[in-house]
Amino acid sequence: MALQSLDIARRSATTTPAPGARQTTEVAKLIDVSTCIGCKACQVACMEWNDLRDEVGNCVGVYDNPADLTDKTWTVMRFAEVEQGGRLEWLIRKDGCMHCADPGCLKACPAPGAIIQYANGIVDFHQENCIGCGYCVTGCPFNIPRISKEDSKAYKCSLCSDRVAVGQAPACVKTCPTGAIMFGSKEQMKEHADKRIRDLKSRGFANAGLYDPQGVGGTHVMYVLHHVDKPQLYSDLPKDPAISPLVSLWKGMAKPLASLALGAVALGSLFHYVMKGPNEVSKESEREAEKEESQ
Amino acid sequence: MTNHWVDIKNADLVLVMGGNAAEAHPCGFKWAIEAKKDRKAKLVTVDPRFTRSAAVSDYYAPLRAGSDIAFLGGVIHYLLANDKIHHDYVKHYSNAAFLINPGFKFEDGLFSGYNAEKRNYDKATWSYQLDKDGFAMVDESLQDPNCVFQLLKKHYSRYTPELVNKVTGTPKEQFLKVCEYIADTAAPDKTMTILYALGWTQHSKGSQNIRTMAIIQTLLGNMGMAGGGINALRGHANVQGITDMCTFGANLPGYLTCPTDADPDRKTYLEKRTPKPLRPGQMNFPQNYPKWFTSLCKAWYGNAATKENDFCYDWLPKLAGAQDTLAMFDRMHQGKMNGFVCQGFNPLASVSNKKKVGDALAKLKYLVVIDPLVTDTSEFWKPHGEFNEADPAKIATEVFRLPSTLFAEQTGSYTNSGRVIQWHWKAADGPGESRDDIDIVAGLFLKLKAMYAKDGGKFPDAIMGLTWAYRQPARPSPEELLQEISGKALGDVFDPKDATKVIVPAGQQIAGFAQLRDDGSTSCGNWIYGGCWSQAGNLTARRDNSDPSGLGQTLNWGFAWPANRRIIYNRASCDLSGKPWDPKRAVLRWTGTAWGGNDIPDMRPDAAPDQNVMPFIMTPEGVARLFAPGMAEGPFPEHYEPFETPLEKNPFSPNNPKTLSNPAARVYKADMEVFGKAKDFPYVCTTYRLVEHYHFWTKHSKLNAITQPEQFVEIGEELAKEKGIANGDKVKVRSNRGFIKAVAVVTKRIPTLMIDGRKTHTVGIPIHWGFKGLTKPGFITNTLTPYVGDANSQTPEYKAFLVNIEKA
Repeated sequence: MALQSLDIARRSATTTPAPGARQTTEVAKLIDVSTCIGCKACQVACMEWNDLRDEVGNCVGVYDNPADLTDKTWTVMRFAEVEQGGRLEWLIRKDGCMHCADPGCLKACPAPGAIIQYANGIVDFHQENCIGCGYCVTGCPFNIPRISKEDSKAYKCSLCSDRVAVGQAPACVKTCPTGAIMFGSKEQMKEHADKRIRDLKSRGFANAGLYDPQGVGGTHVMYVLHHVDKPQLYSDLPKDPAISPLVSLWKGMAKPLASLALGAVALGSLFHYVMKGPNEVSKESEREAEKEESQ
Repeated sequence: MTNHWVDIKNADLVLVMGGNAAEAHPCGFKWAIEAKKDRKAKLVTVDPRFTRSAAVSDYYAPLRAGSDIAFLGGVIHYLLANDKIHHDYVKHYSNAAFLINPGFKFEDGLFSGYNAEKRNYDKATWSYQLDKDGFAMVDESLQDPNCVFQLLKKHYSRYTPELVNKVTGTPKEQFLKVCEYIADTAAPDKTMTILYALGWTQHSKGSQNIRTMAIIQTLLGNMGMAGGGINALRGHANVQGITDMCTFGANLPGYLTCPTDADPDRKTYLEKRTPKPLRPGQMNFPQNYPKWFTSLCKAWYGNAATKENDFCYDWLPKLAGAQDTLAMFDRMHQGKMNGFVCQGFNPLASVSNKKKVGDALAKLKYLVVIDPLVTDTSEFWKPHGEFNEADPAKIATEVFRLPSTLFAEQTGSYTNSGRVIQWHWKAADGPGESRDDIDIVAGLFLKLKAMYAKDGGKFPDAIMGLTWAYRQPARPSPEELLQEISGKALGDVFDPKDATKVIVPAGQQIAGFAQLRDDGSTSCGNWIYGGCWSQAGNLTARRDNSDPSGLGQTLNWGFAWPANRRIIYNRASCDLSGKPWDPKRAVLRWTGTAWGGNDIPDMRPDAAPDQNVMPFIMTPEGVARLFAPGMAEGPFPEHYEPFETPLEKNPFSPNNPKTLSNPAARVYKADMEVFGKAKDFPYVCTTYRLVEHYHFWTKHSKLNAITQPEQFVEIGEELAKEKGIANGDKVKVRSNRGFIKAVAVVTKRIPTLMIDGRKTHTVGIPIHWGFKGLTKPGFITNTLTPYVGDANSQTPEYKAFLVNIEKA
């Protein structure tokens, strides 16, 4: 599922060196919360482009619908009513994968090639390699990946890597009616954010700023916030996100044990091969697993 | 809109009131965001709820639903008391200086001429003083006690911040803050745009809500200016288009008015509608009414319409009484209607008092529903549990469903809120047996005609004589229809200044309505659309977005009615000498020989400034009306309570029981009897739309259903606490007409307001649910709403009524 026009910089549970011949621009999506009206057009565009149809749910007493991210809902608007200095604010944040420069999910993932990071910064899940262990969920400081009940694989926003690979902006960006979601090089997006922050400061939001948390090496989805000093106001956006210590544990002591588990998976694949015939993906993951074991 | 969508970006202040632009018009709202980002504009929202628009506003102020005139009257008072008006503009471009009949009075909430029995006014005293030549008299010093300016000042002197607060519940300092924002745009080079929608129209005094803002925009000099205007945000995709084509039963296309029983012949009809100028030298553009009307008769009746037979005037129906939706369903309810053809309309869900509408439909012999979707109306007879407790055994109405194609499956034109007519091409064929609306209506017509031909009838002429010269009679093409609407020369059309010179040869499309004639030599299906399909072709299909002025005028994108003009009254963007008030946003200027600039002049192109032809050419006086005698309930807007109000007295006229609610609104007796009282229904209720849905269509669409799946009711935290209602609880909301049940959304966004010394809670209900569709089944919200409309337009009062609420 690698995209020819995108170089892969990192691949879960893999040590093969990354390609380095081409220079790729780092991309970013900028979400200007101060001009977002919470219309959910981004949610609909995401469902349409990615062929996702979640259940028709229920009203649970808030505008958030679907009420949470799922394997079929890769982005949701989260609505928070907060009072700041006696003034009501309705802070509406588009939630979804932040595409961390230092992705906890990828670090935690034991399945070779199930999580990859492109040289442009996009972190993508390749479900055909996913073993459904859920480590990415533990590894993510933003609580984004969801394991599907149907196929036990992890799903999340791909930043429309397929669109980006052919020079298009992500579907949510394309559809946003107020231009609150923008896409471009990370540099351009930071410049744009600067302009917006100056405007917000001129309107009395002294703590307006860019959310690009360094605890995860910065992100490729960034927010312009009126109150960057209090990201928690925005439906619990973490103030200083960092990769869970459990992931370091996994990378250290527990890794051999997990590798053993992977070996069992490889064996399973062999049985699968014998009983059901050849399967490209399984063979590949088998090879990867063997490689992992030999390290 | 007097201006247009893109022009919102030119504003210094965007006021969202009487609407929720971010919610109901998210795509157009981008221009409000542009104004903020690029022009440093301020965005202010005034609404009973802290809305999605409020979420991105610089300032928000609450008010009680149904108290807008009190608020805006208070703004007028503030502007006059603090001398924050554009003096030159007011003096020259409004009727401020005009002298009013000394018999005109306002006392105890009523204007002179009231007839309590008929609930209407004799408007004889609501008139200008005329001189011997029939021109209105003026006092340019604005000092005469009978001049409009002084009367205006006197009328609104009662709208003090204290009384405004008592009625609206808006905290005084918040009201004054909004006044300051608005007052800043009195400067000649500053403008405010007002974005409103159904939050102003759906009241028993809806038209006067808008009139009050028209007074404010005139006092501020914001009409005709880039970034100014009065901007009604219309519905998707073509509500402006159907209004232009006379969705109102009392209109003919292009806002001509239907003949009535009082107009027995063409001469009488035209005389009443063709005014004489009220000031010397004014354009008095409606003097051309006979040309528009005659060309319409020619478009309909072709060769059958001749000068000798008054262009078939006798074939036109003459209205006897009201023809609006409420009047129609009331007649149906009385059993006085046999059949109803319902096209693109879901009245069971969208008309107030669902029970009355359902009972009315049950009295029909037949109901024809032309719609792409299975509407609730088409199943009004079918039991759907609590949501629709119908008993089919007792209903004899025969229902025919004729599936039509959806808008994206049709070719044709849309007209957007900014009056821009845009051609669109169909994206896909409709499914199954669906047909275009045009084909369905053509089929019905041809069948009817064949029946008249075979069997005769009492009055076959209007059907048999109707022009139907389409290439395929059963399938008229949208192109042929737009050509017909735009108009053509039937005979040679001559230059009025040179009778030997042909300006449009017979058979050619006209270039604009100025070429229409009243002698039968032209035909035009809708004069305001005149020229949209000229000899140059289909101008509505143009897609050139070049914008040399940077103001977003894009004169070669589509075609804006009238005359491709993008900002109406644009002559008013210049001072008397023809220089723009704001040179940085020049829409127009006098070039020395003609009017020119970045728009089509709303002025005779060669009218030199010293000829004093005033900018408001559609009025016989040439100026904007601060005093408007055409309105049903008074020439100055006055605050009246909604028909269901938490108050016992109108604080603006506490001693007059007649003026609690709009004294000129039409109310049917049976509907009056089911108005609720505050002791039983203590909470103010307002209904509205959500961005995730469009009316009652998108409950049929899975994507929309996913984003907003289930019916809910919004209440403030304080009311929730009083009633023991927790977020997510199921609640029952009752009005005196019925009940609905829904999930409670408890929110800080609905404030509790102090009204006349009492805490007043608001209950908010989105409308989109019903018993058909992919969303969770829900109740029809209009089960609750009162059956009374605005005195001028009869738009029902969906926005302010009384309910009670309890845990279900």
